[in-house]
Amino acid sequence: MTAGTTPVPGVLEKALRDRRDAGRKLLIAYVTGGLGRDWVEIVRAIAAAGADAIEIGIPFSDPVMDGPVIQRASAEALHSGATPFGIISTLARADAGVPLAVMTYYNIMFRAGHRRMARTLADAGVSGAIVPDLPLDELDGWGEEADSAGIETVLLVAPTTPDRRLRAICARSRGFVYGVGVMGVTGERQSLGATALTVAARCKEETDIPVVIGVGISNPEQARDVVAVADGVVVGSALVHRILEGAGPDGAAGFVAELRAAIDL
Amino acid sequence: MRGPHRRGRFGEFGGRFVPEALVPACEELEAAFAVAWADPTFRARLDDLLEHYGGRPTPVTECGRLGERLGIRLLLKREDLAHTGSHKLNNVIGQALLAERMGKRRLIAETGAGQHGVAAATAAALLGLECLVYMGAVDVERQGLNVFRMELLGAQVRAVDSGSRTLKDAINEALRDWVATVETTHYCIGSVMGPHPYPYMVREFQRVIGDEARAQCYEMLGFDPDVVVACVGGGSNAAGTFAGFVDTHARLVGVEAAGGAAMSNGVAGVVHGMRSRFLQDEAGQILEAQSISAGLDYPGIGPEHAHLGTVGRAEYPSAGDSEVLAAFRLLAETEGIIPALEPAHGLAWIIREAGKSIPEGSAVLLTLSGRGDKDVALVRKLMQ
Repeated sequence: MTAGTTPVPGVLEKALRDRRDAGRKLLIAYVTGGLGRDWVEIVRAIAAAGADAIEIGIPFSDPVMDGPVIQRASAEALHSGATPFGIISTLARADAGVPLAVMTYYNIMFRAGHRRMARTLADAGVSGAIVPDLPLDELDGWGEEADSAGIETVLLVAPTTPDRRLRAICARSRGFVYGVGVMGVTGERQSLGATALTVAARCKEETDIPVVIGVGISNPEQARDVVAVADGVVVGSALVHRILEGAGPDGAAGFVAELRAAIDL
Repeated sequence: MRGPHRRGRFGEFGGRFVPEALVPACEELEAAFAVAWADPTFRARLDDLLEHYGGRPTPVTECGRLGERLGIRLLLKREDLAHTGSHKLNNVIGQALLAERMGKRRLIAETGAGQHGVAAATAAALLGLECLVYMGAVDVERQGLNVFRMELLGAQVRAVDSGSRTLKDAINEALRDWVATVETTHYCIGSVMGPHPYPYMVREFQRVIGDEARAQCYEMLGFDPDVVVACVGGGSNAAGTFAGFVDTHARLVGVEAAGGAAMSNGVAGVVHGMRSRFLQDEAGQILEAQSISAGLDYPGIGPEHAHLGTVGRAEYPSAGDSEVLAAFRLLAETEGIIPALEPAHGLAWIIREAGKSIPEGSAVLLTLSGRGDKDVALVRKLMQ
């Protein structure tokens, strides 16, 4: 195990570490920002239902890491007028009670300006940022501004990531390490790929920072299988799918509670 | 033109902004291309296919009647005469051979007008590879004949219904496919865009246009042309053409479609794996390009062009739909050549500038990147 993570863990990492070290499995839920009028209520409801942290998607016009569900959610949110800074300023008043991380594409950060975006996120009380099209090698500009504003940039590990690179990613990731469970874009899958457990085990061997697996985890059973190896799971499309179908805060909270119960077993 | 600097940069542009799953594949491709490009056996096989299968070298034609009318010497590099009817084959043969070397038997490609899709399907048929082409639903509709052509060649065409349903969305969908299949699939990008090494590699595969044209022009003129012109969507025929002339005194001009003018109206951004210039709003959402020419209907531009434009070595004006249609007709009537709508943009700019920023008597080379067969139905409709 290597210690090469943040010298002082940020809010997101500390919250996740404390809970993990207390024996709890981690559940991170994803909600598309600006999707529907009640999206902030949904954020609060799923926090209360047992999410340990929440990812807020800032919709982008060309989401290449996302499958049909998040694409549709992003398009609907954009259509109804969602903007990055509008979503962030709403988050400042969300009072969710758990750490928040935004997930978006790099052009949103780049266009806003690294420093402006990092400081705006910090001022709004957001702890982390996940930018799936900004790999380790291109991190420098954003990474420095995010670090100095106290925004934890979560890096992703893919099933194709070679060992040496995986080590470097784990060392540079803040908040947690996001292991991509399958080769592919976000979306629900019938069955859990064997890669999910392999990626989790490879990351766990490298780092003490929480290792959370996402992409393709669609139901409580799959979540339970993953946390046998990983510290936690991210559930996105399966939840957003329900929100798109009109689940509302109660329905979303109900699904999160099911996931919570499954990984607490 | 030189190779990119560290991490695939042309000045501030370029780079490799891709999901982690694709980073190893881009690294593998970069290494495979470097080895192949330095390997005489690979080069000989590529040259042989381009000559005996692709019809290279393509000629340079001097346009006597139109040149006289414009008061200049006008030369056309005839990529319309290459197999499949455009310059696209130069790149796909190179990439298909590379895919074969890497042991990847499945090709995916994006296409706008259909020219790159047809070329990719052709190369796949030639080498016995599987081929899937992503094409925006709008383009499937306006380029139906090319869809059928790809199918005849044994490729599968998938209509993309997301976003603006044109080229940029076809690229998104191809990238999503690649994220899932990268271990067995090569993404055959059709222009000088995408993550490193694509912009550099595609330019190198297309530089045969410029290298041939330079020697041909010198033989015909006794000197290098004063102005070298090509149309620019992503910019592959322009990059290949400019590569042959960048170290001459020639004025280099890449002409964009007015509705997709990433150099005139775009700002710096990072999309489709590269930092370049893109049409986008204040929040960074990418805007739709609008052009009669599906091949130029792209809101971005290759990173090396963004760099050449920024440092002033090349200029990137644009041409509007109506002057393009007029140029299309004029070339047909005065020279008996029906051009694709894409290079008609280059010609429209030449017609506009002849006697103005192009002094009388100048020697002007235009790369005629493709033939107009695919566009005649559309042009007929627009003229009625």
